[in-house]
Amino acid sequence: MTAPPSHASTLEVPAIEFDHASFRLNGRALLHDLVLSVKQGETLVLLGRSGSGKTTTLKLINRLLLPTSGQVRVNGQVTAEWDPIRLRRSIGYVIQDGGLFPHFTVERNIALVPRIENWPRERVEARVRELLATVGLNADLASRYPSQLSGGQRQRVGVARALAADPPILILDEPFGALDPITRSEMQKEFRTLQQRMRKAVIFVTHDLREALLLGDRIALMEEGRLIVDLPVAELSRSQDPLVRAYVEAFSALPNS
Amino acid sequence: MNFLQFMMANRQQVLDLTLEHITLAGVATLFAALVGIPLGILITRVPQLSKPVLGGANIIQTIPSLALFGFLLPAPWIGERAGRLAILALALYALLPLIRNTYAGIRSVDPAVVDAGRAMGLTDRQLLFQVELPLASGVIVAGVRIATVVSIGLATIAAAIGAGGLGEFIFRGLAMVNNQVILAGAVPAALLALFADFVLGRLERRLGSLHSKS
Repeated sequence: MTAPPSHASTLEVPAIEFDHASFRLNGRALLHDLVLSVKQGETLVLLGRSGSGKTTTLKLINRLLLPTSGQVRVNGQVTAEWDPIRLRRSIGYVIQDGGLFPHFTVERNIALVPRIENWPRERVEARVRELLATVGLNADLASRYPSQLSGGQRQRVGVARALAADPPILILDEPFGALDPITRSEMQKEFRTLQQRMRKAVIFVTHDLREALLLGDRIALMEEGRLIVDLPVAELSRSQDPLVRAYVEAFSALPNS
Repeated sequence: MNFLQFMMANRQQVLDLTLEHITLAGVATLFAALVGIPLGILITRVPQLSKPVLGGANIIQTIPSLALFGFLLPAPWIGERAGRLAILALALYALLPLIRNTYAGIRSVDPAVVDAGRAMGLTDRQLLFQVELPLASGVIVAGVRIATVVSIGLATIAAAIGAGGLGEFIFRGLAMVNNQVILAGAVPAALLALFADFVLGRLERRLGSLHSKS
C-alpha cells in the first residue's frame, strides 16, 4: 500500500516553475533548457551579465513571451493556458527607473491596476495612501508627475504600483540599477524588510553580487542563456564553479566589503 | 480703387466666401481626421499595412491639385455637386500628414512605458487609449495642424470647379488682370491659414508638455 500524499506536498505547488523552458528567436537560443522554481515567500535572485537571459526569463513568467519549448507554470498552471491579462494582473512588475506613465500623477500610476480592476473609488484611495506609506513616500507627492520626482522617489512609486493589487508574485528587473549608491542601499534595505513582511514569491534580477547577497534566499547565476548554478546564498562562497568564483573574487576585490 | 476700398465695398461677398472657404477646409480636414487617425492607429497594430497605406497616401500627395480636382469631376456620384467634390479632394490631400503623424506619434512612445503597461495587464485597447494616444497627442495635433493649413491653402483651387470659397476672387482677378481682386481672395485665405496654425500650434505645445509637467 502506498503512502497517501502528505498534506504539505499538495500545498507546495511552486509559485513559479520553469520546466525545461527554452526560448529561441530567429534561430538563436536566448534561453536554453531552464529548470528553476520559486516557492511562495522565497526570493530568488537572478544574477548574470547583460544578455545572459535574465530579462527573457522574466518575460516568460508574465507571458510577454511564450517558451518555444518546455513549459513555464505559474501557481501550477502553464502560462500558455492562462488568460494573459489575468496572469499579468496577478504579477507585480518593477523595472529600472519605474517605467511610470509620464502623463499620470503618482496617485494614478499607483492606482493603475486597482482602477482597471474596477475597485470602488474609496478603496482605491485608501490603498494608494497605504502604499505611499509602505514605500516611505510622503502623501503630498500623490498629485505630482513622475518628472517632478527624484530617481529614488520614482523607483518607490514603481514598487508601490507593482504591489497595488497585492499580487502573490513580484518580479523586478534591475529595479535599483539607475540609483545613486546611497539611495540604492536604502532601497535595498527597505525592500528586504518589506519582503520579510509580505512573503511573496519574488524574482529579482541584478548584475550586482552585493545586492544579490543582501536580498536573495537563493541565487541563480546565468550566462549566455543557461543556468550555471542555483544555490542558497550561504553556499555561494563555497562553490567551486569557475564562474561563481569569478563573481566572488570580483566582489572580494572591492575595498571594505 | 485700392485693396482696402475694394474689400470694404465688397465686404458682404468677402464674408460669404470666407465662410464658404472655412466650411470647405474644415469639413475636409474633419473627414480626413476621421479616416486618417484610425488608419494611422491601424498600421501600428498591423505593421504589414504600414508601407502600402503610407505609400498610397504619398502617391495622392504627388498628384497636382488642379489635376486631382479635374480627375474627380466626371465621377457621377459627386460630379453634380462641386462642393462635395472639392471636400473629397481636399480630404485626400489632408490624409498623409494625419496618417503619418498618428503612426509616428504612437511609435515614438517610450517602449519601456508601453512594456510596463502591458506587463501590468492592460489590454490592447486600454494601452491605446490610456497610454499611447495621450502620449502621442502632441504629434497627432501637429498632423492636424499641417492638414488644416494645407486644406485652407488648397481650398482656393476649389473655385476652379465652381465650389466657391476665396478662390473665386483669385480666379476672377486673374481673368480681369486685377491685382486688387486677386488680393481680396489671397489675403483672407492667408490670414485664415495663419490663424489656424497659431491656434493649433498652441494646443500642440500644451499637449506636448503634458508628459513633462514641471
